[in-house]
Amino acid sequence: MSRPASRPIAGALIGAAIAAGIWESFARSGLFSPALTPSVIDILRSLAGMIASGALAVHVLATLGRILIGLAGSCLVGVPLGMLMGRFRPVERFFLPLVSVLSPIPSLAWVPLFILWFGLGNAAAIGLVVYAAIFPLVLNTWTGVRSVNRLWLRAAEAMGADPRTLFLKVVLPGALPFIIAGFRQAFARGWIAVVGGEMIASTTRGLGFVIFDAKEYLNADVMMGSLLVIGLLGLGFERLVFQTIERRSVGRWGMVRTGRG
Amino acid sequence: MSHIDLSGIGYEYATADRAVVALRDVSFGVAESEFLCVVGRSGCGKSTLLNIVAGFLAPTKGEIRIGGRTVSGRGLDRGIVFQDFAQLFPWRTAQRNVEFGLEMKGLGRGERAQTARRFLELVNLESFAAAYPHELSGGMQQRVAIARALAYNPSVLLMDEPFAALDALTRDEMQSMLVHVWRETRKTVIYVTHNVAEAVYLADRIVVLTPHPGTLRAEIRVPLPRPRDVLSVEFLDYQKQVVSFLR
Repeated sequence: MSRPASRPIAGALIGAAIAAGIWESFARSGLFSPALTPSVIDILRSLAGMIASGALAVHVLATLGRILIGLAGSCLVGVPLGMLMGRFRPVERFFLPLVSVLSPIPSLAWVPLFILWFGLGNAAAIGLVVYAAIFPLVLNTWTGVRSVNRLWLRAAEAMGADPRTLFLKVVLPGALPFIIAGFRQAFARGWIAVVGGEMIASTTRGLGFVIFDAKEYLNADVMMGSLLVIGLLGLGFERLVFQTIERRSVGRWGMVRTGRG
Repeated sequence: MSHIDLSGIGYEYATADRAVVALRDVSFGVAESEFLCVVGRSGCGKSTLLNIVAGFLAPTKGEIRIGGRTVSGRGLDRGIVFQDFAQLFPWRTAQRNVEFGLEMKGLGRGERAQTARRFLELVNLESFAAAYPHELSGGMQQRVAIARALAYNPSVLLMDEPFAALDALTRDEMQSMLVHVWRETRKTVIYVTHNVAEAVYLADRIVVLTPHPGTLRAEIRVPLPRPRDVLSVEFLDYQKQVVSFLR
């Protein structure tokens, strides 16, 4: 049932080595000035500098804080809304067109308006995350509720479950595989929003700010290092948060195959 | 007086271009603690009939009385087992599945656990109480479903081809286990199947439905002693008799 944990780690390391090799040959190819395509060593050195000075921790925490607050907000609204839409036709008829119209609008397109409404800084960035994350959550939860096995509902009703109990004890766990999928997408879209927001909304902390700030000084190594950090944070969340939640819930229950890697 | 009384049950539904009569004027009674099998080909309306008794569908004609009272809709006086293994809640262990109906009744945690254990024991699954449904074989899942339908103590057990998706050997075991469970609990059972041998093995009485529209064709009493010998001449005679009505 459980594969040795070393195999996915080895797989990840090999993948990283290949990616580093491709970058290195591109950086040395002379297509761009070496100042614009720093070598892997330079990127790691500037990263180490940011870690040593403590600057990286400050920026990472600022960005993560915005994402997590935004994600929590969108979850509080998005999951209940998606469940109500999946369960009650009038709610679906009212909200689905609204969601369909708003969902394809890129969160970054809202930045100027959000700055006007919320001012420069944190509130605008968090608002962007909420906006970006809420639609994947609503749509996935809605789909999950509609895909709940009708036999579960019948069996529960036959055993005397009232609508509220049905909602909490059957529909919610039944839709969980989709809700978790929604969280994954929401998290990914949240990153796009927060980094974009930090670049434009004149915050003074956060990875997006670091990248934008480094551009002014042509510090390509800092930019690349920050991108790497964002990617690694994504990997960490996938491993530590999403896969753990999945393994202990829907994976344990045999509703999905547990992913590793 | 019968425990369950169906009188003049009819069921019609509309498709795009016409009205379909699924059941017409079906009437029969089921005595207290009787094991009744409803036999018929696919499409004869036997599952529809069971869904009506369960309260999932409202008959368009006729009425159902259970214990003298006219019933409409679902009720905790009836437990239901479906054919599909997926009827169990995958996020609950076997024991927690069996506890569901007891939770709905508002029983405390200790009492729930105790009752659930007792019914898992009845279907010989006490050692799998902590297993999740996907860790159990099809036969085991159906046994959990039976324990779950009995645990909240309904007086009627409704079964819709619960063993149809099992392999033949497992099905035989399940049938003899069901007879044992039925004798222990003395429930009134309505069991729907298309399998004639299964009906003759299980039933006190067999009701044969024929399709288009679903009507009651025959009622056959099976007074053979239990456990029944499936290779005996009498057993085969009853099978022939049932089959003759299905032709």
